[in-house]
Amino acid sequence: MLHIKCPHCGMRSQNEFSYGGDASVKRPELGKDISDQDWNNFVYNRKSLRGKHWELWQHLAGCRQWIKVERDTGSHEIFKTLKAEEEIS
Amino acid sequence: MTQSFRLKDIGLINRNKKLSFKFNGKKYYGYEGDSLASALIANGVHLIGRSFKYHRPRGFFGAGVDEPYAIVQLYRNGETEPNIKATEQELFDGLEATSVNCWPSVNFDIGAINNFLRIFLPAGFYYKTFMWPKSFWFKIYEPFIRKAAGLGTVSIKHDKERYEHKYEYCDLLIAGSGPSGLASAYAAAKNGARVILAEDKSRFGGTLLTSEVNIGNKSGKEWADGIISELKEMPNVTVKNRSQVFGYYDHNMLVMSERVSDHLPKTKDFHPKQRLWYIRAKEVLISSGSIERPIVFGNNDTPGVMLSSAAKEYMKVYGVLVGKNPLIFTNNDSGYETAIEFKKNGIDPLILDTRSNPKSEIINEAQDLDIKIKYSYVVVAAQGYKKVKSADIAKISDDKEQLGNIENVKCDCICVSGYWTPTIHLASQSGNKTKFNEEIDAFVPGKSKQNEKTLGAANGIYTLEETLKDSFKIGSEVSKKITNNENKVSFPNVVEKKSSIHDKFWCVPLPKGKNYKRFLDFQNDVAVSDIEIALREGYRSIEHVKRYTTLGMATDQGKTSNLNGLQLVSKIENKVVPAVGHTTFRPPYTPVSIGAIVGREVGKHSKPTRKSPMHSWHEKNNAVFVDAGVWLRPRYYKRGNEDLFEASKREAKNVRTNVGVCDVTTLGKIDIKGPDAAELLNRVYTNAWLKLPVGKARYGVMLREDGIVMDDGTTTRISENHYHMTTTTAQAANVLSHLEYYLQLVWPELNVNVVSSTEQWAGAAIAGPKSRNLLQKLFPNSDVSNEGLPFMGYMEGDLFGVKARIFRISFSGELAYEVNVESNNGNFMWEKIIEVGEQFEIQPYGTEALSTLRIEMGHVAGSELDGRTIPYDNSLEGLLSKKKDFIGKRSLIREAFTAEDRQKVVGVVPLDKKTSIPEGSHLVKDSKAPSPNPKLGYISASCWSVEYDNPFSLAILKDGKNMIGEKLFVMSPLKNKIIPVEIVSSHYVDPKGERVRS
Repeated sequence: MLHIKCPHCGMRSQNEFSYGGDASVKRPELGKDISDQDWNNFVYNRKSLRGKHWELWQHLAGCRQWIKVERDTGSHEIFKTLKAEEEIS
Repeated sequence: MTQSFRLKDIGLINRNKKLSFKFNGKKYYGYEGDSLASALIANGVHLIGRSFKYHRPRGFFGAGVDEPYAIVQLYRNGETEPNIKATEQELFDGLEATSVNCWPSVNFDIGAINNFLRIFLPAGFYYKTFMWPKSFWFKIYEPFIRKAAGLGTVSIKHDKERYEHKYEYCDLLIAGSGPSGLASAYAAAKNGARVILAEDKSRFGGTLLTSEVNIGNKSGKEWADGIISELKEMPNVTVKNRSQVFGYYDHNMLVMSERVSDHLPKTKDFHPKQRLWYIRAKEVLISSGSIERPIVFGNNDTPGVMLSSAAKEYMKVYGVLVGKNPLIFTNNDSGYETAIEFKKNGIDPLILDTRSNPKSEIINEAQDLDIKIKYSYVVVAAQGYKKVKSADIAKISDDKEQLGNIENVKCDCICVSGYWTPTIHLASQSGNKTKFNEEIDAFVPGKSKQNEKTLGAANGIYTLEETLKDSFKIGSEVSKKITNNENKVSFPNVVEKKSSIHDKFWCVPLPKGKNYKRFLDFQNDVAVSDIEIALREGYRSIEHVKRYTTLGMATDQGKTSNLNGLQLVSKIENKVVPAVGHTTFRPPYTPVSIGAIVGREVGKHSKPTRKSPMHSWHEKNNAVFVDAGVWLRPRYYKRGNEDLFEASKREAKNVRTNVGVCDVTTLGKIDIKGPDAAELLNRVYTNAWLKLPVGKARYGVMLREDGIVMDDGTTTRISENHYHMTTTTAQAANVLSHLEYYLQLVWPELNVNVVSSTEQWAGAAIAGPKSRNLLQKLFPNSDVSNEGLPFMGYMEGDLFGVKARIFRISFSGELAYEVNVESNNGNFMWEKIIEVGEQFEIQPYGTEALSTLRIEMGHVAGSELDGRTIPYDNSLEGLLSKKKDFIGKRSLIREAFTAEDRQKVVGVVPLDKKTSIPEGSHLVKDSKAPSPNPKLGYISASCWSVEYDNPFSLAILKDGKNMIGEKLFVMSPLKNKIIPVEIVSSHYVDPKGERVRS
């Protein structure tokens, strides 16, 4: 079980969180034209990386905040966690 | 026979407390502190079971966790449990156990014929043989294998025992209480660290219990006892025996199984049988010791052949002789320690040492005691079937290839020592890449991967002095880093005998003309010849060899067999052992009972059960409940002998003719506040929300980004910046997360807060033509007329002194209202509605009637909004705003979603107006078409229409728009039904929706 540092609550066990996918995906702005390709990339296409990966988690059974977690998908090492509003560096 | 193998004065058992127990129906006696194994050996019992494949007789091989043979079926307090190691099971009064894998008895086992057929049962036998003909598998092969296989019987009774889970955090977790565990725990505890020290056995001390050493001015055991009692007094230390740390998971999470009550005849009241500890440790010190490894020789599985360390443990811990005429077969000095212990207890052993001329303090001591020693000698084969009777021995050449003349010596046990294998399981599970240590012929942990360090014998350090020095140091250093505190512990003086180096000899060659089975894996009957076959057939990777031969795959997971298997593969392949590598160590280190893993989450406790505030009223009024997610909802209220069908029909009909009331507390409710609340709704719902006036409700549909309908519900504008959203029962949690996602990550600029208020409100839906009359009586001070509270209107009211929210919304398609009050007033509200409603012939209705009402009205719900349908499919396309963008809108123009013949919800009526249509059935054009019959759609929901008194279903049908009036067939292969049907509009009752507005 992973041990994730919620930027609001501190170190918590994985079972308090739910996984939310790739954190680098940006939702296209509402009301703007977008090509099929770009839209499909946003909705469906994800890289399945081995290695460092920024991902979203929600602290569901805690503060309910969505957070950003930099994790190695191979080793599960967690390098950094950020609040929702903080930009991935 | 009364414990004729029990010694007089030695051992840690309590001779003042005699315990009786039964094995295979026969009564025996042992003492408090015995293991089942030691008590049986004390009684001269060595035949415990039969082997897995050849059904050869099985005795004892070890004295602890490494035991591959002595697996029994245990009976305790009316329950039975398989796969119990007799060496680990502590004796209690009244214990009963039986042998496994033998029939009709352990003495006469029919399966033993496999032993004579073994030439036909080589490695991969099952893979090769039971392949053809295919039809034989289920009827003949599989039942046969099922019967033949297995190490006991699982009880099919409900387990009445309690198992618990515990979550714990600590600075240091120390796995194993041998010298390294004790020393490191002591040093860390003195530095103020929070320490958990876990010991698998009931007694602390590990090898200190059996070795002849002195620490300070105490014996090893006295020193261990002293440290343990000091640790137990310290508030920062938790000391646990009978606790096996069996798994090392991510981020320093370890799991430990504590056998709280297994050593007792009966679990004490309010105690669990076992407890599973989830321990998050800052640092982990692995002091799991080492396991003696066998030397491979002919018939080395005969009962009476065992590890020399086990023989010593039986004497020193349990005061039991494993034999009175022992033969010790060793390639190192450990065998001498066992021999010396025999001699001290008045038994004359014979030592066979594979080395030609070893010299050491221990060997000198053995010589001084006049113990007979034969150098450069090996055991070629054990003789005897159910117990060792003698051994064929021979001199072996210096190159270990040639055997001299075979001699036969009488003996009743053969104690084997092939040196020591570090227990590296936990280190390896942590991700540590192990390395091969040439000096000890075994793998040891390499560079730490997580915050773990391995100490003492587990790290290949086999001298006590070095182990203690190292462990004190590491315990102190690691804890100091955490506590910033250092209390120096003085290092005690250690007295131990020096050993000489071991002989890298592990397998005795076969003498000419003999074909003895030489076993590597004792639990799975894998012999040298099986590995040879596997390699001859082209298996190379050790992982493949393992799976093909089952080497190391049994419940003991190869604790005594893995390294010898690797030695053999590397020898045949002409490689060095590290080049062959080892198979992956996976948790659990030892078998863990399913009960412990499940813990308290059994049956109804596997999830919380949510009940509405009106639950007790429903119970008192004969409600039959149904699980709706984690909620319990009344399915129907039984009157007399009614069944589900009759009751739900009566309830639904009463809604259509009079008035009914339904508990809708379970609907998800989300409180939305903030100046941008309308903007949020406008973005997540498909329809327009910016102009909804205060005091009005609106129906809305939410999509996922891929265009699939996520949920629907009504949202009401309570005040200027305050909205009350409802969701379906099932999607409540997901919708909240969905809103939070967009508010926190995508549109942080929106000034809105959302919070679940599901549990804050109790809800009652009042539906039927007489519902307004009832409402007027409930709220005499409010104007609930069609003008005062029109369809989709909202007002607050006073329900006999209780503040209530009144929504004019309808799921049943009738004139209907929903009344919400604060949860703690829920029951009051409900009873008032029933009481006042009596004059209007009110009846409560459950989910079954609720479904009937919505299905015949053509209102889509969970069975249509099933995560596969878009708004068009549900005839919700009218709710898609053309003027604004919303979540998921861009996906709706995808080709498949706009296809001319896109699926759509329709109504289905059987032509005979009688036959009920099973949900999930398929719709086809031609009932006689050859398989696979093209499927046009599926039945999503079925009911008995109370309006027309015939069956009616909803279906999602291809090209549904143009199918109205078509005749099709419903096919349900599961129910073996073919029903001719007509496709009609999904709005079967009141298609214009006049009733809700009346």
